[in-house]
Amino acid sequence: MKTEKKTSVLPERGPVDEKGREILLSLKNVDIRFGKGNSSAKVVKNVSFDIYRGETFSLVGESGSGKTTIGRAIIRVNPCSAGEIQYKGVRISGKINQALERQVIRNIQMVFQDPSASLNERATVDYIVSEGLHNFHLYKDEADRVRKVEHIIEEVGLLPEHLTRYPHEFSGGQRQRIGLARAMVMEPELVIADEPISALDVSIRAQVLNLMKKFQQERGLTYLFIAHDLSIVRFISDRIGVIYKGNIVEIAEAEELFDFPMHPYTRSLISAVPIPDPVLERDKVLLTYDPAIHDYTADQPRLEDIGGGHFVFGNEQELAQYRTLRAKGELPQWRSAESADAENEEIPAKRTGRPGRRGWRMLRRALLALAGILGVCVGLFLIFLLLAVI
Amino acid sequence: MEDRNVILSVKDLYVKFRVRGRELTAIRGISLDLYEHESVAIVGESGSGKSVFTKTFAGMLERNGYLAGGSIEFEGKDLTKIRRAKEWSQIRGSKIATVFQDPMTSLNPILTIGKQITSVILRHQNCSEGEARVRALAMMKKVGIPHAEARFDDYPFQYSGGMRQRIVIAIALSCQPKILICDEPTTALDVTIQAQILKLIKDLQKEFGYSIVFITHDLGVVANIADRVAVLYAGQIVELGTTEELFYDPRHPYTWALLSSLPQLAQRNAKLYSIAGTPPSLYSEITGDAFAPRNPYALKIDTLKEPPMFQITPTHFARTWLLDPRAPRVEKPEGIQNIHEKMMNSLHVSGGQVREN
Repeated sequence: MKTEKKTSVLPERGPVDEKGREILLSLKNVDIRFGKGNSSAKVVKNVSFDIYRGETFSLVGESGSGKTTIGRAIIRVNPCSAGEIQYKGVRISGKINQALERQVIRNIQMVFQDPSASLNERATVDYIVSEGLHNFHLYKDEADRVRKVEHIIEEVGLLPEHLTRYPHEFSGGQRQRIGLARAMVMEPELVIADEPISALDVSIRAQVLNLMKKFQQERGLTYLFIAHDLSIVRFISDRIGVIYKGNIVEIAEAEELFDFPMHPYTRSLISAVPIPDPVLERDKVLLTYDPAIHDYTADQPRLEDIGGGHFVFGNEQELAQYRTLRAKGELPQWRSAESADAENEEIPAKRTGRPGRRGWRMLRRALLALAGILGVCVGLFLIFLLLAVI
Repeated sequence: MEDRNVILSVKDLYVKFRVRGRELTAIRGISLDLYEHESVAIVGESGSGKSVFTKTFAGMLERNGYLAGGSIEFEGKDLTKIRRAKEWSQIRGSKIATVFQDPMTSLNPILTIGKQITSVILRHQNCSEGEARVRALAMMKKVGIPHAEARFDDYPFQYSGGMRQRIVIAIALSCQPKILICDEPTTALDVTIQAQILKLIKDLQKEFGYSIVFITHDLGVVANIADRVAVLYAGQIVELGTTEELFYDPRHPYTWALLSSLPQLAQRNAKLYSIAGTPPSLYSEITGDAFAPRNPYALKIDTLKEPPMFQITPTHFARTWLLDPRAPRVEKPEGIQNIHEKMMNSLHVSGGQVREN
């Protein structure tokens, strides 16, 4: 009984790596599949990375790359189909006992992209912010709860009188502040922020980011920041992971990633960000990534350290090249397969399936029509019979 | 600039909305000339009137909105005088076309892509159905749809976001419009796709020769696409100039604030710059300079009298009392001085962007 309880409760500190950094969250060879059997799709492929305590780790990639899915897997919304996720060295993916799950829910909070969709529009701000406190009985008495809620609402720059209002009475920036207050009132250790500023106006973005930074400095919070916009990510992250179609292709410290982007996809992503300077923007060379440049038929690619905690995804030959270039402080030669830029966008699959389905629909419609006519005939016949009998 | 023809001339335009018994002034006296083959970017916060302004000459103003003054001259016609929907349909879509932000909502989900393009061609151009199909296919190829014939009978949901936006552009350009209004066409797209769409809009401009009015709040996109920039604040143009003038020699404090909030200029681990306060309410009359309450450089006169448009160069105008000869000399904030050098420093080693093989 006693031993079981011990494993269910999270330790105070996570394991420490060779450099003395505390690993708060660790993903180990995580696969995530959607769907079953033949129609299943692997949207996250063999993803491994660590997040250290107190840092901001950003996950960057285009839509459909699996970045949000990873965030949701950490808070146990999406199950992993292989691999495991460890929080402070304790496995939190798959089947875990209820006490541990409650601790995970309390310690890992999430801030969502769209503040109007993620707030219950029929609840007051007071209820939205204190719902977590209710669920975990994190207050001594009613006065303590009110004190906690009022304190956090002032921390995010709103006023206590806002507590009786409903989400629709607030602007987008204020709503995101409420979302932030709801997460922070639980006093979490890790906050997953899924594109928290993409839905906001430019002038509001800085305010929300400054607020997040303030919480990090005051409470030593750790952030997993999910984004698609590299220009902001660069200045708020300690480390950045770039994800492409479910594979992490590069992980490095923010400045290192921008100074020495090794993977061609990272470079195409950086080159696509428009520079707010007319002269530089005009002279910029747009790089288009073509996955066909890699030859992974014989040699399987993997994510490996090329020195100084800079991880790149590639096969033996590519990794060796990245290592020597990084040591010399150079960038790889840009390789591009000759192709029109539009051709790189995916051409939706299953074009063959559609005519078949349409055939089915028409067949069904024909059958229904036939059945209808038959029904009417039978009906008429019966009436006729009835009349004849009379 | 003088040798180019003015294609659209907006003079002292006022637009008001009736909202639940109250009156809201969305556009407060905008004057702007649009030249042939140029692209003008309109920047500003949400609620500054960017979209409302373009809707006035696209004939898409909401029911409760009305033009309260001014004129819009296009091809010798005053568009503010148009009362009947039929007259608008000869201009909207065929001469002035719009590309909206979200390609999913601007396409009809239950019609095939081919049908949607041909219906526009059939409506505005006298041609047979077969001819329309040929033109639609040519348009699809122009905007870079691979295997256009095979994709002709597909539905919007079978296209990716970037491809859908290409189709919207194809529809907009199918009648060779004189003016293409782009209302944040890339905000909903990924950066890599955004770069492709911007390139497409610019490449097709060379071929079709339309003028672009590009609404955006991303200054990076402005630098990419615009020849001239108009900065909008509370329904007024506060600064107008060529893109170089606006980035390298901004004069209005609001433009300074916009440039200061660029993340590329931020220092690591320092606070990001944010503009204090909120835009003014457009329900009440604004006295003086609308930006004054948020402006750290505000003068006393800003609260009393509305500043006129001062001319700095033949192409550069700004609406701020700081340009008055009697005003004290105020330098733009340190953070945005030598913006070009700062950008170079901040990006010089960023391999993908500037340093190239």
